[in-house]
Amino acid sequence: MSAAKKPRQGKLVQDILINGTLFLLVALWTIPTLGVLVSSFRTRFDIQTSGWWSILPHKEWLLVEEFDIPEGLDPNSVMEIRGVRGTFDDFRQGIETPDGKQLIWIGNKRLGRIQVQELRWTMRTAFTLENYRQVLAGKSFELQTPDGSIITVQGDNFVGAFLNSLTVAIPATVIPILIAAFAAYGFAWMRFPGRRLMFISVVALLVVPLQIALVPILQDYVKLDLNGTFLAVWLAHTGFGLPLATYLLFNYIKSLPRDILESAFIDGASHFTIFTRLILPLSVPALASFAIFQFLWVWNDYLVALVFIGAKPDVQVLTMRIAEMVGSRGSDWHLLTAGAFISMILPLAVFFSLQRYFIRGLLAGSVKG
Amino acid sequence: MEPPANSNASPQGIMDWLVSTFGRLLVSIAVPLVTFGLLIVGFRFLRETIPDNNTQKALLSLLAMVWGVGGAALVYVAANWQVERLPAAWTRRLQPFIFVGPAMVILGWYLALPTVRTFWISLHNRTGTEFVGLQNYIDVFTQRIMLEAFRNNLLWIVFGATLSVTFGLLVAVLADRSRFETLAKSLIFMPMAISMVGAGVIWNFIYEVRDAASPQIGLLNAIWVALGGEPQAWTALVQPWNNLFLIVIVIWMQTGFAMVIFSAAIKGIPTELIEAARVDGANEIQIFFRIMLPYIRGTVITVTTTIIIFTLKIFDVVMVMTGGQFGTHVIATQFYRQAFTNQNKGYAAAIAIILLLAVVPVMIYNLRQFREQEAFS
Repeated sequence: MSAAKKPRQGKLVQDILINGTLFLLVALWTIPTLGVLVSSFRTRFDIQTSGWWSILPHKEWLLVEEFDIPEGLDPNSVMEIRGVRGTFDDFRQGIETPDGKQLIWIGNKRLGRIQVQELRWTMRTAFTLENYRQVLAGKSFELQTPDGSIITVQGDNFVGAFLNSLTVAIPATVIPILIAAFAAYGFAWMRFPGRRLMFISVVALLVVPLQIALVPILQDYVKLDLNGTFLAVWLAHTGFGLPLATYLLFNYIKSLPRDILESAFIDGASHFTIFTRLILPLSVPALASFAIFQFLWVWNDYLVALVFIGAKPDVQVLTMRIAEMVGSRGSDWHLLTAGAFISMILPLAVFFSLQRYFIRGLLAGSVKG
Repeated sequence: MEPPANSNASPQGIMDWLVSTFGRLLVSIAVPLVTFGLLIVGFRFLRETIPDNNTQKALLSLLAMVWGVGGAALVYVAANWQVERLPAAWTRRLQPFIFVGPAMVILGWYLALPTVRTFWISLHNRTGTEFVGLQNYIDVFTQRIMLEAFRNNLLWIVFGATLSVTFGLLVAVLADRSRFETLAKSLIFMPMAISMVGAGVIWNFIYEVRDAASPQIGLLNAIWVALGGEPQAWTALVQPWNNLFLIVIVIWMQTGFAMVIFSAAIKGIPTELIEAARVDGANEIQIFFRIMLPYIRGTVITVTTTIIIFTLKIFDVVMVMTGGQFGTHVIATQFYRQAFTNQNKGYAAAIAIILLLAVVPVMIYNLRQFREQEAFS
């Protein structure tokens, strides 16, 4: 209404300004991930010698001709090759010819060759899946070197780490939800002594950061010989996720209409039947939101895994494997980028397919201690 | 395997009663024992079997998941079955504890007791053999390494929270008026799905540095060199400002979170209010600062406090990017280093307690807000 009064041009300028700024911000936010995605498909050589953006059209010195050093030149003085003059060091650096080409001396003073290069538009688009193959591979992996020979290298066994991440994340999501749902039902719809006190302590425990628990729990695990087992990590994630899960599910279950429960009771159903047949199906939206939050939290977790899985390579999860690679082979970008991307595939898939639940879960999870 | 409870129910006699009671008792003992035994055997099997290849490993993973999830469910079913066989009065009395009991046991073991135990450990020396009173706390607040960590966390809070909130607001307001709202919001929110370790790799790649003679493969240095600068190792630069290059990562991740919440809040502002201001001749900037911002003030505070808690506990990013080198340690990384690398348990426990004390007031405020908003319904 008021927009119609404004001159059309002002509206257009405002539109361009808004969308332009927004586009700039989106670009800033997306480019870092894009760089890693693109790099993970580039060859090791390409990654090491050029930025990932060189897949875009750009000008680069490219080899057009190569010839032997002309006879009778003294490399220790000023030489003249194809009409350009310079010392050996100048030629090593590369000298531009008048017609826009570049001469470069390759090799040492006696056994050298001259390359003629030209600045041309080009795109480096040699993509490969080799990085993923090597990262995913288990104990041995055959790799073709640039000179054609085949060498066997140790793969990074990301398949194993991926399986470990799944084995940690799925039960560490389902178990706390199960336990929390039972407790939430108990708090919401059952009467027993100590109910209020117990519920208050659940809410109070929301504030405790998990760092508090690491040292004592590790002591217990060492005593019980539980360290480095999946059970240890599941239980830890269950403990740290329970206050939030119980609190959220309590709020949800409490808000369900009370007559459902009463009519079921009159029909002679027990609490257990009402819970499994009635309340759980009705709570699916709340369960799904929390499940997605918890799943991503566990999948992306590094600290809990680091402390309770420690140095056991068979049980290491993806985040640990990647962090380890950053430490030991921080410049092997062809493997790091592929590895990082493998660890992101599942969260990103969850994110793009279940965005609504994902956002709700995250908002709800923002109070996690 | 187990005798049916009433199979011998013959017409009369004390023997029958005995057999039936005995049978019931046997079942009552057998069910928990069998449940427990199954779980133990499963655990042993899963723990001791070492897979030869990834196919076997996948199978074992599946078994482990079934064992874990099924085991948890089985415990409830078995316990409930047991309680429902009792006289009705006892069922009513005990059943609530089947429902809330496991949760309370786990919470007690993993959070309540550890708080007390960590406090106790913090009053002792590094191995826990000697009572030292508050000495660890005095050390934490006087030693250079911890003061550095506190300073860095302060930088994280100040820059991380402020800039995440600012960018989040900016995107929310802009997206609200754009045709590409959904797409833009999706892309800005995406980093929230990525692990902080993954984000560390992404940004390490941006900050990658090569010597001046070779081409720069890190984006930041490529731009910097193209503008005529010398290649820099950004995260090892002048302290403490190198921390800002780590903080950028958290801004990158948390802006999406702030944006989503602000976006919802902005959509809740009555349109008549904004239209009225427009009619009165207010420009867009005035509308933002005089109407929108005061209207969503509560939300801004909640988002800020949430990000403050997040930055107080920041760990993974620092660990992956610098490992705490170059003066980038924060509270949580120092805690990890003292507890598990230096094996200085008392000192680490003191750090954890201080972290708890720092988080509590902010959390309490947040919870109160959360309850008012009923965000989860």
